[in-house]
Amino acid sequence: MDQDMCSLFCFSADIISTVEFNYSGELLATGDKGGRVVIFQHEQESKNRPHLRGEYNVYSTFQSHEPEFDYLKSLEIEEKINKIRWLPQQNAAHFLLSTNDKTIKLWKISERDKRAEGYNLKDEDGRLLDPFRITSLRVPVLLPMDLMVEASPRRIFANAHTYHINSISVNSDHETYLSADDLRINLWHLEITDRSFNIVDIKPANMEELTEVITAAECHPHQCNVFVYSSSKGTIRLCDMRAAALCDRHSKFFEEPEDPSSRSFFSEIISSISDVKFSHSGRYMMTRDYLSVKVWDLNMENRPVETYQVHEYLRSKLCSLYENDCIFDKFECCWNGSDSAIMTGSYNNFFRMFDRNTRRDITLEASRESSKPRATLKPRKVSTGGKRKKDEISVDSLDFNKKILHTAWHPKDNVIAVAATNNLYIFQDKIN
Amino acid sequence: MFAKGTKRKFSDPGEEPALGAELGPVVRPLSSTYSLQRQSLLDMSLIKLQLCHMLVEPNLCRSVLIANTVRQIQEEMTQDGTWQIMTQALAAAQCPADRLVATEVLCRPSEALAAAQSPKPLPAGPEEEEEEEEEEVVVAAAMEEDVDSEANPLSSSSFLPAPFGAEPGWEDEEDDSEDEDSEECPSDAEDVPDSRRGDQVFGTFEIKHPAPPPDPALEELFSDVDPSYYDLDTVLTGMQSTPKMGPYDLLDSLSPHAAPALSTGTSCRSDLNELDHIMEIIVGS
Repeated sequence: MDQDMCSLFCFSADIISTVEFNYSGELLATGDKGGRVVIFQHEQESKNRPHLRGEYNVYSTFQSHEPEFDYLKSLEIEEKINKIRWLPQQNAAHFLLSTNDKTIKLWKISERDKRAEGYNLKDEDGRLLDPFRITSLRVPVLLPMDLMVEASPRRIFANAHTYHINSISVNSDHETYLSADDLRINLWHLEITDRSFNIVDIKPANMEELTEVITAAECHPHQCNVFVYSSSKGTIRLCDMRAAALCDRHSKFFEEPEDPSSRSFFSEIISSISDVKFSHSGRYMMTRDYLSVKVWDLNMENRPVETYQVHEYLRSKLCSLYENDCIFDKFECCWNGSDSAIMTGSYNNFFRMFDRNTRRDITLEASRESSKPRATLKPRKVSTGGKRKKDEISVDSLDFNKKILHTAWHPKDNVIAVAATNNLYIFQDKIN
Repeated sequence: MFAKGTKRKFSDPGEEPALGAELGPVVRPLSSTYSLQRQSLLDMSLIKLQLCHMLVEPNLCRSVLIANTVRQIQEEMTQDGTWQIMTQALAAAQCPADRLVATEVLCRPSEALAAAQSPKPLPAGPEEEEEEEEEEVVVAAAMEEDVDSEANPLSSSSFLPAPFGAEPGWEDEEDDSEDEDSEECPSDAEDVPDSRRGDQVFGTFEIKHPAPPPDPALEELFSDVDPSYYDLDTVLTGMQSTPKMGPYDLLDSLSPHAAPALSTGTSCRSDLNELDHIMEIIVGS
């Protein structure tokens, strides 16, 4: 946390809706509101500038989802990519799952840097040759060509979700994955697209009795039978797929008792969990609600072990934030590779990082003005009291349209990706 | 960014926490500011529920959270007894109107009473104070609306005789004008301070329990709202359902005490509500 982050890269696109590093950190995928996926690749450190890690450059771009129209309900289905999750790499190609509200797709991204030349049956333009004209045979040779990265859809997992998909998560068995919408969670096999198993269903018989929805779900990083899902009431349920086919009954139920002194009409809304993430170790999980991030020990259900306030100064503004709908913003959170630090976004293009060991936290800003390439980021501070110090920003000056909902941390290095509306920022720490 | 509003002042500091507990669960001294705040929150929530975009399926999580907020407010108002006051006031206000509605009201009072008296776990006194101090920023727009409409309190109509057995046809123009008249004429009895705050506040209280007759304040509020989105089920599933309910029938479906009459009356109401909708367009805006 003492390391200075310096900005490395800035990229404009449609509104970015998801950011995800792959398992090695070599690739970084972003999905946007227009249904596009852009993948960046980490380039090796240059010999000229050994003090910097390499840069991320565009590796591949493809249109993952298109807008659709549901004729039965007369409603549009947005092409916005809600989540991208990488599969562990098993061969030269890379695979990722991308999903919009209704359909999940498995994409194969492969490189082609050679082409075959010297075909017998077709000429260089591809036209078929008359076989009777051929007088001799030759063996085609592979010649190098400019690198071409191709993305092709290998599987389409459709028609399994009535409600909007909010999460997908690849299982540690590398064969299955789960997808969660507001009321149901399905388990898929990566090879099978025409059926999925429903493992959680919280839809009431009478929709008017609906008071709670599923907000996020994730598979345990090591135990392939365990997954968790969070709800709009601030609860997390851990389920064991060995216990029953339908996991409506949880194995563990995580909920922090409410603080009666801070109860208001907005208590439930701000307790709604927008993201849940297991630690890399698998021993902890982290949840993000509107004002805070909480770290839970999987062995303790009655309260989190750590709570970090992200922007407590907003607590007195909840009524206005309810009016302008900001109170429903879904912020994500992420762990660093060693689980020693966590990161989440806020408003005004601020994002926050918390060091779990030193208990120190820092607020940084992702904006063109404040982060010139190679420059060190300056910590930011929001003034909550009456007197505003120099360089501090007052709560009323915060721009609530500039929200950082999606962040990602490199699985090994101190490199982070921060999506600020339609700009992607990649920060890294300086190597001294 | 934030609307500049007056900072709420808690008007009855002496009557709070401990006393509130002694007085019993139902009677809780409420400042009118708090009631207005709660009222505006309720109105805002109902508007949000109804203004979901129909082009794309609405966000279910958001709808559920707003609906829960409305339920919370409704329960608290029921607990305070203000809900009951309002119910009675509006029951009396439903003049020449609707046989269907009137019949329901006849069946309701005991239910509403029972609901109001059933012990509900309330946040204890101290929290209310905290709650008020938290919500410092007043929603100016909604407040202004409430302040304006409060000038012509509907509660004056609480003194009209209960008109049971009247003719149906609550979308009649006659009805509208009658309601408007009753709304506009100032009632001396209503010129009272906070001791009658229940009525005063709920003069502007458009939420009705049971189904409302065409209410000018209501229509004004909802003149630009898509009326096809009244059903909570519709809201939650994003599908347009055929029976179109009145604007605040939403609350009926939310309320745990909603009468089962809702389902029986729906088929009749669908036609009535079509007419109501048309009337709103002609008269309302």
